[in-house]
Amino acid sequence: MTTTSAPAVKARQRPGDRWFSGTALGAGIMILVTLAAVAVFLIAQSVPALTATNETSTIISSNFWDYVWPLLFGTVWAAFLALIMAVPLSISVALFISHYAPRRLASTLGYIVDLLAAVPSVVFGLWGIGVLAPAVQPVYGWFVENAGWFPLFAGPVSSTGRTIFTAAIVLAVMVVPIITAICREIFLQTPRLHEEAALALGATRWEMIRMAVFPFGRSGIVSASMLGLGRALGETMAVAMVLSATGVISFKLFTPENPSTIAANIALTFPEAYGINVNVLIATGLILFVVTFGVNAIARWIVNRRKEFSGAN
Amino acid sequence: MTLTTAPAPENIPLRPSSGLTNGRLPGWAPWGILAIAAVVSGILFLFVAVGAGAEFNVAGWAIVTAVLYLVLITVLSSVVEGSRKAVDRLVTGVVSAAFLLAMVPLVSVAWTVISNGVAGLSAEFFSSSMRNVVGEGGGALHAIMGTILITLAAAVISIPIGLFTAIYLIEYGSGRRLARGITFFVDVMTGIPSIVAGLFAYALFALFFGPGIRSGIMGAIALSVLMIPVVVRSTEEMLRLVPNELREASYALGVPKWLTIVKVVLPTSIAGIVTGIMLSISRVIGETAPLLVTAGFTASMNYNLFDGRMMTLPVFVYTQYMNQGIPQHAYVDRAWAAALVLILFVMLLNLVGRLIAKVFAPKMGR
Repeated sequence: MTTTSAPAVKARQRPGDRWFSGTALGAGIMILVTLAAVAVFLIAQSVPALTATNETSTIISSNFWDYVWPLLFGTVWAAFLALIMAVPLSISVALFISHYAPRRLASTLGYIVDLLAAVPSVVFGLWGIGVLAPAVQPVYGWFVENAGWFPLFAGPVSSTGRTIFTAAIVLAVMVVPIITAICREIFLQTPRLHEEAALALGATRWEMIRMAVFPFGRSGIVSASMLGLGRALGETMAVAMVLSATGVISFKLFTPENPSTIAANIALTFPEAYGINVNVLIATGLILFVVTFGVNAIARWIVNRRKEFSGAN
Repeated sequence: MTLTTAPAPENIPLRPSSGLTNGRLPGWAPWGILAIAAVVSGILFLFVAVGAGAEFNVAGWAIVTAVLYLVLITVLSSVVEGSRKAVDRLVTGVVSAAFLLAMVPLVSVAWTVISNGVAGLSAEFFSSSMRNVVGEGGGALHAIMGTILITLAAAVISIPIGLFTAIYLIEYGSGRRLARGITFFVDVMTGIPSIVAGLFAYALFALFFGPGIRSGIMGAIALSVLMIPVVVRSTEEMLRLVPNELREASYALGVPKWLTIVKVVLPTSIAGIVTGIMLSISRVIGETAPLLVTAGFTASMNYNLFDGRMMTLPVFVYTQYMNQGIPQHAYVDRAWAAALVLILFVMLLNLVGRLIAKVFAPKMGR
């Protein structure tokens, strides 16, 4: 990419060149600085919160960690539930688009799934309250009545349907397009020859997928799921609107008593927060940042070992 | 949906034959079985509906149809075609059902937003703010203005940074350690939760201007933290598609590197870059959480990004729905109407972006 002629003669550096490459380099460094600034400013604002007690802050009942722990639990639990639903669904949808749908329709179908990702989260929140929660509430009632002996389904049933499980469904709907997009890309990259070899040996389409496509795409599926996990952990508005949280730690799916999530708690509490409460909320945000950063970094590390695919677009 | 091979074996329908060949279901079998399953479960649910005096349960009907179809086709296929083919047909059914299942929320969201949102749309909705409005009336003009201003500001911040970073990564830094680090952190940045971006902007401004500050520009900064990585990634992909021959031809004519980039590389890839930028705008225009934390909410018009709270459409939806007054339907209608307008914005940006990519795609080869 450089203009090399003889080793001794260097290309003349024009002022325009120097200015342009300097700007480009500056922009790149700017991004690193921004990311560092996010970390630094969040840390700076959270330091006072670490020593906060119920005397200095009105939203804390004993100390900071007791406040964060239920929120962290809720965040991870909701994201986990969402992933359990979203990953198998996304893999199936991606397979459908890449290997089952008619060739000519495939890109259109992919675009339709991408549309799902474009819907703003606040709209999903409205939909969750207005449509999904009333629709699933009778199902919850049935589960509590007939399968209440199973710890996860224990009663009492929520009368509004706005439980952690409903929030997880909404989260699943929101991460499906993300996971699907990456899985689809990976499945399409399976070497054609592997697939044709499998078919030529008499494999059915499913056997071909199991023998050629899945082994090739395994690391991609894992990292796609982790990217989806990162999104589910950080999703705010849909959870804030759908979930009616009481801040307990409970694995039960259908009760009116639900754990809140970090992001939703910030969105609900921040507009009215003042004084040290703001610092407490920022500190919870910092914890969320660290968790999602870790999850994303691991996912990217797995992806980068296989350079071609990334989920940014 | 079926794998038809070579001349269709017409004389062995539905009959398991011995030897090396297997029986084979006719091509219409999956569709026929699907129709049978639909009719049977339809009759079943019709009886239940009539018996209980309730409405016809569409969701239940669809689920029972799907399960019935999967069971029927698996059993039939394993009897006629053997277990391997049966599993294949089962998976085909499951995968197709999964796709339909994934479409349910999309259709449902679209239908709900349109049917609920139309009621609230009126001339007043687009021409007035919520200042001094209690109950009915009022509109979202202040929110629409706020969304446009804040998104524009975010775009003004992110597009140059994103563009130049991508240029650095592709044209100057390829292979260097710094470039690899930037690529990695840009990727990680795409995963920053939006609320954390909002908190960052708040923390940044609170440090200099004291706590409790809210303004439009804070929202713009929060949004650009979310937008920059998307712009970088998409621009990078597009720059990478520019054939190296074009650059080399330009260098051979003695054109400086920066002029080559400006006059050759960028024009070649401009369609893709514009598409990427529009998609990134459509991604941040619907963000609620960071704006709730930074730009806050207000009922009045505010054209000044640097002073005071600023309403935006997503936050408008949120506040209208969450703080319902009396009469309730006025608030709910406004929320849905604003949601409809927001979705239209997003879809429009998406469609126009993809159209640009289609129409102005760089002409490769000749």
